[in-house]
Amino acid sequence: MTLEKEQKKNNLQKVYEVIKTMASKPSGFIGLSILLFHVILAITSPLYVPYDYKAIDPSLMLQAPSSEYWFGTDSLGRDVFTRTILGGRTALTVTFFGSLIALLWGGALGIFCGLVGGKIDDVVMRIIDAFLSIPWILAMLLIVSLLGTTTLVLIPALGFFYGKGIVRVARAATHDVIAKDFIVSARARGHSNLSIIWNEILPNVRDAIMVEGAMRWSWMLLGFSSLSFLGFGVSPPTPDWGLMISNARGLMSFAYWAVLAPIFGLSSLIIGINLTADAFAKALGIDRSTKAPV
Amino acid sequence: MDSAVQTINNLTIGFTSQKGKQISILKNISTTIKKGETVGIVGESGSGKSTLALAMMGYVKHGLYTISGECLFHSNNLLEMKNKDLENIRGRKIAMIPQNAGQSLTPNLKIGYQIDEALKLHTDLKKEERDKKISELLNKVRLPSPEIMAQRYPHELSGGQQQRVAVAMALAGNPELLLLDEPTTGLDVTTQAHVLELLNFIAKDTGTSMVYVSHDLGAIAQVSDRVIVMYSGEIVLDGPVRSILKNPIHPYTFGLLKSIPKLTSPGLPDSMSGSQPQPGTIKTGCSFYERCNLAEDNCKNNSPTLEYIDDLNTSVRCFKYKELINVKETNLDTVKSINNDVLQNEILDISKVSISYAKQKFIDQLLNKIDDSNPTVKDINININKGETLALVGESGSGKSTILKSIAGLLKTKDGMIMFDKDKVLSNDLKMRDPGFLRAIQLIFQNPDESLNPNHTVEEIVSQPLRLYFGLKGDELKQKIIEVLEKVRLGEFYLTRYPRQLSGGEKQRVAVARAFAAKPDIILCDEVTSALDVSVQAAVLNLLQELKEDFGTTYIFVSHDLAVVRAISDRVAVLYQGRLCEIGPSKNVYQLPSHPYTEVLLGAVLEPDPDVKPKLVAEDIVEEKPPEKGCSFQGRCPRILGDICKNEVPPWQIGENGNSIRCHIKVEDLKKQQNIN
Repeated sequence: MTLEKEQKKNNLQKVYEVIKTMASKPSGFIGLSILLFHVILAITSPLYVPYDYKAIDPSLMLQAPSSEYWFGTDSLGRDVFTRTILGGRTALTVTFFGSLIALLWGGALGIFCGLVGGKIDDVVMRIIDAFLSIPWILAMLLIVSLLGTTTLVLIPALGFFYGKGIVRVARAATHDVIAKDFIVSARARGHSNLSIIWNEILPNVRDAIMVEGAMRWSWMLLGFSSLSFLGFGVSPPTPDWGLMISNARGLMSFAYWAVLAPIFGLSSLIIGINLTADAFAKALGIDRSTKAPV
Repeated sequence: MDSAVQTINNLTIGFTSQKGKQISILKNISTTIKKGETVGIVGESGSGKSTLALAMMGYVKHGLYTISGECLFHSNNLLEMKNKDLENIRGRKIAMIPQNAGQSLTPNLKIGYQIDEALKLHTDLKKEERDKKISELLNKVRLPSPEIMAQRYPHELSGGQQQRVAVAMALAGNPELLLLDEPTTGLDVTTQAHVLELLNFIAKDTGTSMVYVSHDLGAIAQVSDRVIVMYSGEIVLDGPVRSILKNPIHPYTFGLLKSIPKLTSPGLPDSMSGSQPQPGTIKTGCSFYERCNLAEDNCKNNSPTLEYIDDLNTSVRCFKYKELINVKETNLDTVKSINNDVLQNEILDISKVSISYAKQKFIDQLLNKIDDSNPTVKDINININKGETLALVGESGSGKSTILKSIAGLLKTKDGMIMFDKDKVLSNDLKMRDPGFLRAIQLIFQNPDESLNPNHTVEEIVSQPLRLYFGLKGDELKQKIIEVLEKVRLGEFYLTRYPRQLSGGEKQRVAVARAFAAKPDIILCDEVTSALDVSVQAAVLNLLQELKEDFGTTYIFVSHDLAVVRAISDRVAVLYQGRLCEIGPSKNVYQLPSHPYTEVLLGAVLEPDPDVKPKLVAEDIVEEKPPEKGCSFQGRCPRILGDICKNEVPPWQIGENGNSIRCHIKVEDLKKQQNIN
């Protein structure tokens, strides 16, 4: 077997081991189950929804939960159950790709800054600090109102804003590694910077960056739902939890079901991602509890 | 005199493995510490010596627990005491001095305040009395001007001074028992000798019992009355220091003493094969069976007990100790002397090299101008011949690693030139260097934990230079990796291992393999053995010597350990504050007359022999910057002549033995002075 094949096998085995370790603790198992449930639901729900999510029927306005309408109906007479199980699809997709983008640019810039250091590092980090001081939601509102609320705007915009924190984590992790003798050794051998990043640094900072990315995912989900809640996320009539909560919140006192169902959907997904990320960190041997989020 | 301070009975400490198996770290330890006695506990890493020292304070590390036995302080079992009661004993009755004082002192509190805290906690003295006591304590540990010292922060003190402060803090509560966990390990040779002398003085002066934990038999020999040798969690030998170090009757101690390089016997020491078994792997028989030369079937199947021998006053855990009773340890025939035929064939020529760490101004940076009249390293002229081992010796801050880095191209030189293979100039800038030169010079680092990427397998680590320099791929690459690993006595079996799965010695072998994979002409060794255990150190030194004989490689060997340097090098260069003091063939440098600094260094070396005391010639002050003019060693020189040393750079003189000495004192005068004293 050649080196490359063996490595591939090793990597697969490592992924399997990590997932096994994550599932061996109750919290990790619960987190993974919730996340898996949401993902499967998001992929398959259009196949078995009982009603059309945009069918408006004034005669069915604000029906209480019944055997016919499990979670009741909303103020326009649409089935809440249908809209709830469909409501996570956009959020999950947008934030998944959003955090992927955050992970990539944040990780890359962080490692770069950690490696080169000096003036460049100073300048870049001050710019990042400046961006960190801007309330993200105001900036997001500006971007969205200028460029529109399509997914193609939302994904990179969210990815950009949530990647700033990852830059700092990746930079710190790189700093820990950079002083080690194996980097000095690679430099003295004459490896190129790219080869040093790829072979020597990345394997050592990958775990920290991935854990940070997983954490950012859940925060981004909350952020995205907030945008929808404010009316800047998904446009109606597409079902979305944030939008559903926003629409039904005025009627909370007499139609609690219309607001409770999306809240449950959203919070369970966030809890699921959080627990998974924590278990992921523990399985990789990174203790998140001692580090404050940046 | 005979009253026991601490008695340990059948103490077993261990942990429960993930599979639910009980694994012992300490096995059936029984010993007594008497009043006023200094006991040295020796063992290699993983032998359980630190666990034992902590248990003596009634502390068991998280995850470990007491399986059986007791640890009695007078008549109280510390291991069953409540935390509240322990508080009254720790610090007051039993004090501990940690290994790294620099890390155990709070960085943002003044020394005086920290000692005051200890006094407040452990005594009932009033404020004025405490202030007086602080000065008294600092005086006792021989820190100059205690009042000023008390106002300083830990970072303003040198390593040796920090360790003294730690001693003062431990003495604050007037303890009956002092535990010292490798207290001199991180210190320079001269500082170490001074601290040990201080500890000896304190032990005599206060009558405190001391337990001195160390891997360094040289240090143990200087302070202890009694020595306990530990191996794999067991006491294997326990007796008076003289009988243990001069006539060790346990095969492990015997081997250990033989594997220590000594100043008095040139050549490489014998190495012990194998490594200490991991806890939980030994089921029956003697734990040293695998590595023992005297082992027989009985040793494999039955565990020896600790047997007390009356006429030697020693306890030993071995079936065959009788065979060792009459063997004299100082058996010089076994020492392999190295004999290299060094041809006058220059491979590296370092001429007039100066290196500066001074921060450059932006404009100077643009003009590539470095302005520093007093650089860290100055005027280094060394020629290195092919196949030679040159050692750079000096204390920390002597610039030895700096020179190594600039040869590797990792640091820019300020002045001077480094020529490779007679006529090729090595560029100052790593990126400008020819790849062939990069391949020709390889580095091996001090700590293999840091120099091997923890996320790479051994195969990936060794493949790096092979891929980079020779472009090997696939089966050819793998074949070559195995070949290189076999050269360093590691087999194919190690390919898929990660560094964390290897022992310290194995890791350093992998690092050696990576360096040799590049087929280098010169290997720069930066303190390659100082992170290793004694028995492993000898093995790595032997390996390096064999590889050199096979490949004709040139070594530049940096070390602070003069005995190690004596064992491996052909030529020695002694550095102080980045300036050369003396250079010459190693057997000549190690003989007087020599440069006063060499004399100081040689005097401070600790031999594992209680009858050879270090000579403390100079003060152990630490100078932060080399002097602006004159001799670099003027600040500490015990033989300083006067103004001439302060104003003029000393000339080179050829010593009696063919070594070059840079000193104002004439060689004949040096000879007289050094022989008389």
